[in-house]
Amino acid sequence: MEEKTVLNPIHREMGARMVPFGGWEMPIHYGSQIEEHHAVRRDAGMFDICHMTAVDIRGPGATPFLRHLLANDVARLKSPGKALYSCMLNEAGGVIDDLITYRMDDHWYRMVVNAATTEKDLAWLKRQAAGFEVSIEPRRDLGMIAVQGPNAREKALPLLPQPLQEAAAGLKPFSATSSGEWFVGRTGYTGEDGFEIMLRADEAPTLWQALAGAGVRPCGLGARDTLRLEAGMNLYGADMDETVSPLEAGLGWTLDFSDAQRDFIGRQALEEQKREGRLRRFTGLVLEGKCVLRNHQKLYDGDNEVGEITSGGFSPTLERAIGLARVRGDALDTLEVDIRGRRLPVRLVKPPFVRQGKACITL
Amino acid sequence: MSDIPEELKYTKSHEWVLDEGDGIAAVGITDHAQELLGDLVFVELPEVGAELTAGAECAVVESVKAASDIYSPLDGEVVEVNEALADSPEAINEAPYENWIFKLKMADPSQLDNLLDAAAYAEFIESEEH
Repeated sequence: MEEKTVLNPIHREMGARMVPFGGWEMPIHYGSQIEEHHAVRRDAGMFDICHMTAVDIRGPGATPFLRHLLANDVARLKSPGKALYSCMLNEAGGVIDDLITYRMDDHWYRMVVNAATTEKDLAWLKRQAAGFEVSIEPRRDLGMIAVQGPNAREKALPLLPQPLQEAAAGLKPFSATSSGEWFVGRTGYTGEDGFEIMLRADEAPTLWQALAGAGVRPCGLGARDTLRLEAGMNLYGADMDETVSPLEAGLGWTLDFSDAQRDFIGRQALEEQKREGRLRRFTGLVLEGKCVLRNHQKLYDGDNEVGEITSGGFSPTLERAIGLARVRGDALDTLEVDIRGRRLPVRLVKPPFVRQGKACITL
Repeated sequence: MSDIPEELKYTKSHEWVLDEGDGIAAVGITDHAQELLGDLVFVELPEVGAELTAGAECAVVESVKAASDIYSPLDGEVVEVNEALADSPEAINEAPYENWIFKLKMADPSQLDNLLDAAAYAEFIESEEH
């Protein structure tokens, strides 16, 4: 039996098709995934992300703990409200989860972790916290709604509590502000501008209805996936997991080796991988012609298998099949994909495919 | 509630069959099937002249979500395919019973009797959902 978010009855009322996802029953779409996708690229859409978990890390040891726990360096968060994307690695350098950490104040950080990995993450956090003066508190009392699209901020702002409106309007990308239990970050997972809003879970249905009233379209996990794929953003469990190094998942930019003294979990393994070389390359790809790329399809250079698609799909914006893939370091930029026994040409490109409503690659 | 026209025959794999007379049958996917699949973005058609066996995979429809096989409801030879679907697969979402995928010359028209009628298909999808 899947868990249900506080918005579950509203999704059903709004005509959602519900599917199991990471232990939760979530809306996949409300009629048309493609129209929901376009709404976010052209206007404004919203996503129930109450299934994700906010975890508060507090105490005088919070900063040293997170500097040890995460592969990116929270010391880069110079002031309250700043956000950092990071991998949480195991000793072998595999990815336990990818997450965002917000600095709330000097001794308080808030992490937002994936739904399906929540229990595993919490167990890992508690284990690693031994010896640090920190408390770890999953905030299951909070709900989360993402409002995304070129008109998202404008439509959402008047619906925020008065004391938050001015600060929220002035937020720079990848920063956040809060008032009471309300928390607004200018972040997202679509490649568009927008907010991710946390609030008391019991208040989430009212906000959802108000956003719908303001013309923000409800969007399901289907559109969330095609939007993040177009934006070239990784999906945990597809593009990387505990057996994959961030160096082979396009996440090298999130690894901070600059402080030689900082002994973060997985650092040694990553440094060894870099010394050894022969790393696989993580790339975007475009199918030349019609059909759809899917996860786990194999890529070939002639008779040689040189890689695999980790996230494949159809881009509604480009009207082409696109994907993310892991290939041999020496792979050519033109390869073939095997789709049901047929070989079709693909071209390797650098993601993102689409950002802020605009194509970033030439077709 | 999905649309299930009375005059058609159905399979448990959600194809519909229209007996066009002269031993020809048109095949498509049901309203229920297109609803489950979501927005279609690609249709891989069978080849004209292909000999199909009832119950065997013969075409593929791909939605934004997933690829799904289409199974031939009957034995027979493909005599026509709906080429227009190559450019507008979404036509199946819009009108699943107007947009047939392929037409067969039936090897044995009595096989039509093995297929579900509208009432039996309605009952089948009801049972599948519970």
